[in-house]
Amino acid sequence: MSPVETPVVWKRKHLLDVQSLSREEIQLVHETARAFKAVGERAIKKVPALRGKTVINLFIEPSTRTRISFELAALRLTADVINFTAEASSLKKGETLKDTARNLEALNADIIIIRHSATGAPHFLSRFLRGSVVNAGDGAHEHPTQALLDTFTILEKKGRIQGLNVTILGDVLYSRVARSNIWALLKLGAHVTLCGPSTLVPREFEQIGCRVTYDVDEAIEEADVINLLRIQHERQRKTMFPSIGEYTNLFGLSRARFARTRPDVLIMHPGPINRGVEINSDVADCERSVVLEQVTNGLAVRMAVLFLVNGGPGPQEIAS
Amino acid sequence: MAEHSVILNAQTVHRVLTRIAHEIVERNERSDAVALVGIQKGGVLLAERLGSILQGIWGHGVPVGKLDVGTHRDDLHEHAAPLILPTVMPFDINGRTVVLVDDVLYSGRTTRAALDALNDFGRPRRVQLAVLVDRGHRELPIKPDFVGKNVETKANERIDVRLKESHGEDVVYLDQI
Repeated sequence: MSPVETPVVWKRKHLLDVQSLSREEIQLVHETARAFKAVGERAIKKVPALRGKTVINLFIEPSTRTRISFELAALRLTADVINFTAEASSLKKGETLKDTARNLEALNADIIIIRHSATGAPHFLSRFLRGSVVNAGDGAHEHPTQALLDTFTILEKKGRIQGLNVTILGDVLYSRVARSNIWALLKLGAHVTLCGPSTLVPREFEQIGCRVTYDVDEAIEEADVINLLRIQHERQRKTMFPSIGEYTNLFGLSRARFARTRPDVLIMHPGPINRGVEINSDVADCERSVVLEQVTNGLAVRMAVLFLVNGGPGPQEIAS
Repeated sequence: MAEHSVILNAQTVHRVLTRIAHEIVERNERSDAVALVGIQKGGVLLAERLGSILQGIWGHGVPVGKLDVGTHRDDLHEHAAPLILPTVMPFDINGRTVVLVDDVLYSGRTTRAALDALNDFGRPRRVQLAVLVDRGHRELPIKPDFVGKNVETKANERIDVRLKESHGEDVVYLDQI
């Protein structure tokens, strides 16, 4: 993890996706997250960078870990945080997303973190809100902070990403985690292999530089990293494979399959894990699994993102 | 045309750091209580240099930390987010004499942020400030304890500190911009 060679300055007001980020911007998030990770290891786990700022967690789709992670990240930067969930809101009473967001802005929110089931919802808000918008997952489109924390974790464990073989295994079609990860990994120079049932892993991904295979043993044999995805039952409109049992037999990371992977493979999962479905329970808990480190790193990466989008318009000058 | 004059060369940088180290020794009778903390990023290499000079004088190692003050700055809303570098405090600061080390002292705002950032790690017995160059124009009531060189500057001038470890040579320039 060598420092960024030429200093890159973060000029974005929003974090909407990974697709539009440059390699250098991704590396800047990693560098910043590395410094913020250490803050969480101190006795006083707080810095005053966002003192007096108001952060709103606008979660229109259920989420526990991402919402808590963003909330804690904002609190550790000394921001004030309001949590807003769909169940307890006027959206249930027929208010539009635009009106909801405008009302929140009328409370002088500085940063709005949004999760929504519709692709492009954060982009839509960013066009009329004065504050910063951070995408915490929009439909099956993107989940940028997950990809930033996954690549941060790989970098921390492997020391590099360039040239690594990363296999993303599971429901790629409905996965925003997969899409954001693919963009980040390709920009950072990894070889990305996608594997899963053919109904959930379309060949179209080959056009952006991924390798697609339906042979799971071949997909994991040479992998330096295996990132497992949960089956997104809630997003599938029709049955994409015959049964859960068959999925586990054909694509689950069983003990037998795990035994044939490289001895230094990293096992990743964005959570929540369905034990016994996409991953064997023992494999999920083994020493090569970095699932809980992903959670710890998620906090550092989200602190970094909030800190970066909070930056002002002026030049990045350091007065002595 | 931008002007560029040398205010310290390799020899004078070394001499000035040696003098600061001796002043630190003179001011601090209990050598085992002293720790150096370099402010990211310009102060870190200087703190390491001072640490090795002090080790030569005292005959024992001096703990050296690194402190990034970017999260404690008072102008975050005005500027693009600064690059945050790791803060490493490999010792307990409680009860110690912490010598903050920076390359250039100007408005005093970085020092103010550093004093706040240091608070998060505990309560030092006392804090002293060592700088390679004091260029004046203070905006806060902050005064250094150890100064390498005082330089009268104008607002449109800039002090450019280059050190062997990062730039291949020790030299300090005064640039007009």
